[in-house]
Amino acid sequence: MDDALAAKAATNEVRPGRLREFWFYFRENRGAVIGLWIFAIFAFLALFGTWLAPHDATAQFRSNTLQPPFWQEGGDWTFPLGTDPLGRDMLSRLIEGARYSFFVGIVVVSIAASGGILVGLIAGFAPKWLDTIIMRIMDIILAFPSLLLALVLVAILGPSLTNAMIAIAIVLQPHYVRLTRASVMSEKPKDYVISARVAGAGRLRQMFITVLPNCLAPIIVQAALSFSTAILDAAALGFLGMGAQPPTPEWGTMLAEAREFILRAWWVVTFPGLAILVTVLAINLMGDGLRDALDPKLKRS
Amino acid sequence: MLNYVLSRLLTFVPTFIGVTLISFAFIRVLPGDPIIVMAGERGLTEERYAELSEQFGFDRPIYAQFWDYLTGVLQGDLGNSFVTKRPVWDEFFSLFPATLELSICAMIFAVALGLPAGVIAAVNRGKFFDRALMSTALIGYSMPIFWWALLLIIVFSGNLQWTPVSGRIDLIYYFPDPTGFMLIDSLASGQTGAFASAVRHLVLPTIVLGTIPLAVIARQTRSAMLEVLGEDYIRTARAKGLSPGRINGVHALRNALIPVITVIGLSVGTLLAGAILTETIFSWPGIGKWMVDSIFRRDYPVVQGGLLLIAVMVMIVNLTVDMLYGVINPKIRKR
Repeated sequence: MDDALAAKAATNEVRPGRLREFWFYFRENRGAVIGLWIFAIFAFLALFGTWLAPHDATAQFRSNTLQPPFWQEGGDWTFPLGTDPLGRDMLSRLIEGARYSFFVGIVVVSIAASGGILVGLIAGFAPKWLDTIIMRIMDIILAFPSLLLALVLVAILGPSLTNAMIAIAIVLQPHYVRLTRASVMSEKPKDYVISARVAGAGRLRQMFITVLPNCLAPIIVQAALSFSTAILDAAALGFLGMGAQPPTPEWGTMLAEAREFILRAWWVVTFPGLAILVTVLAINLMGDGLRDALDPKLKRS
Repeated sequence: MLNYVLSRLLTFVPTFIGVTLISFAFIRVLPGDPIIVMAGERGLTEERYAELSEQFGFDRPIYAQFWDYLTGVLQGDLGNSFVTKRPVWDEFFSLFPATLELSICAMIFAVALGLPAGVIAAVNRGKFFDRALMSTALIGYSMPIFWWALLLIIVFSGNLQWTPVSGRIDLIYYFPDPTGFMLIDSLASGQTGAFASAVRHLVLPTIVLGTIPLAVIARQTRSAMLEVLGEDYIRTARAKGLSPGRINGVHALRNALIPVITVIGLSVGTLLAGAILTETIFSWPGIGKWMVDSIFRRDYPVVQGGLLLIAVMVMIVNLTVDMLYGVINPKIRKR
């Protein structure tokens, strides 16, 4: 019991040290901190937005169609950001939309990263022939423009948000494979890996416990960047009618529905796109900060 | 050098076969029988089904089908469109100039603004200009371009009425198109106003498609410049008393250009992906719109062939960039 506690205390001492160091460098970058705050708000809305939204996101108020936002003539506080062509509250739909984008980001990054790390580790440790085959397959996937390949995959699987997420995850995965393999290749000849091998560590232990933790920095940065790519691509697929289907309040799908009203009601087009832009921008700001904080080359300078 | 080129070319072959395999597999993994899908609502008789199945080779073993497909592809035979009945190859290359024209204009736009922006930001590192330019670049980099297109349409087509919303030229103009490039053809036709109309149609799609490459080029130029500005020979140039303009413009920029050129070359894939959205929104009759329309029309030979041609094109461009890089930078060749 005492031993377990002592061990826990010891790890506690090491852990915050690393985190504090990370936070020290992350905090230097003011944009990254702003991005983190915006992302926190976005995550909060995604998790608790359903209870905060003033109206049901799919409820149609037929007498209030295309009502402008409150500061324009004809608008009022019942619908602060106006209503869409079917009389649904824009603000509620935007808040609800945060959940879909957040969900897309989490799921896509989890699938792409876990799959990509696994394949990348295998490629890094495998014999040359297997490594060559894996990397050629990744080259083949990367030869297709990502959005086009995702579009075609969704056409095969059938248009829905789930299939869009699968397609985007497949398209993003090769980046993780390449990144992981490159890190593994540079870590493998180092002394600590050799000593682990000499000490009798099995292949799996070498892969996941010895090498992987030391390859994580670039992968974390990539995860942040592909979180924003996933949101953008899912919205683009939704916009083309190949992602989430109406009446889902996904931001890209909302834009597609609003397209014919662009010259009559600016707010139905402006707000969903602004939501996408602000979210993606916040994540990219965070990603830049993460890179600066985790990249050991830049730390010294 | 020859060895380098040959080894790069050799890696092209398995990737090409793989890309062909994927586009070949596309029609076969689709849910439902492609022949029944093609027949549509009318349905078809048993004999007609057998006839079509023989015509497309679906009755033969799968490896024989792939062999036929591969040899067909190498001879430029990608099958015919279900909808127009024309060869996919011909359709692709009749629409390609429209996409090429738009992409070239977008790239010129991106380079013309991105390079100076990156240089100015790097020279003023940490100061107001740097921060303003790089914030703008990050916004551009994060931009959902389909929304950006809609915003520009609201402002420039809706409120200001400066630019048309769709197409390549006003319908009142009609002239032969020997090159397929609207700007050149309209100028060659000699009709008054035709060229101006073509330019007005081109402006918004160019800005929309060029936005992300612009942001990427600006960011890349800045970081490449910062790296070069720390080198010894820049200090030497400064010590010699050269003017800052000459140091930044000639000594630094020239050496910073190598990674920037790579980025420009590698953004061809980004441009083609962007063309899908841009062309759909502006009804630009190019490859991107053609692909999206074909996906919705379930015109499978077109989707299959277009996918393959686009991938091969991206591969060729990447290969060329790789080789040029080897030519510019001898260090790469040695590896």
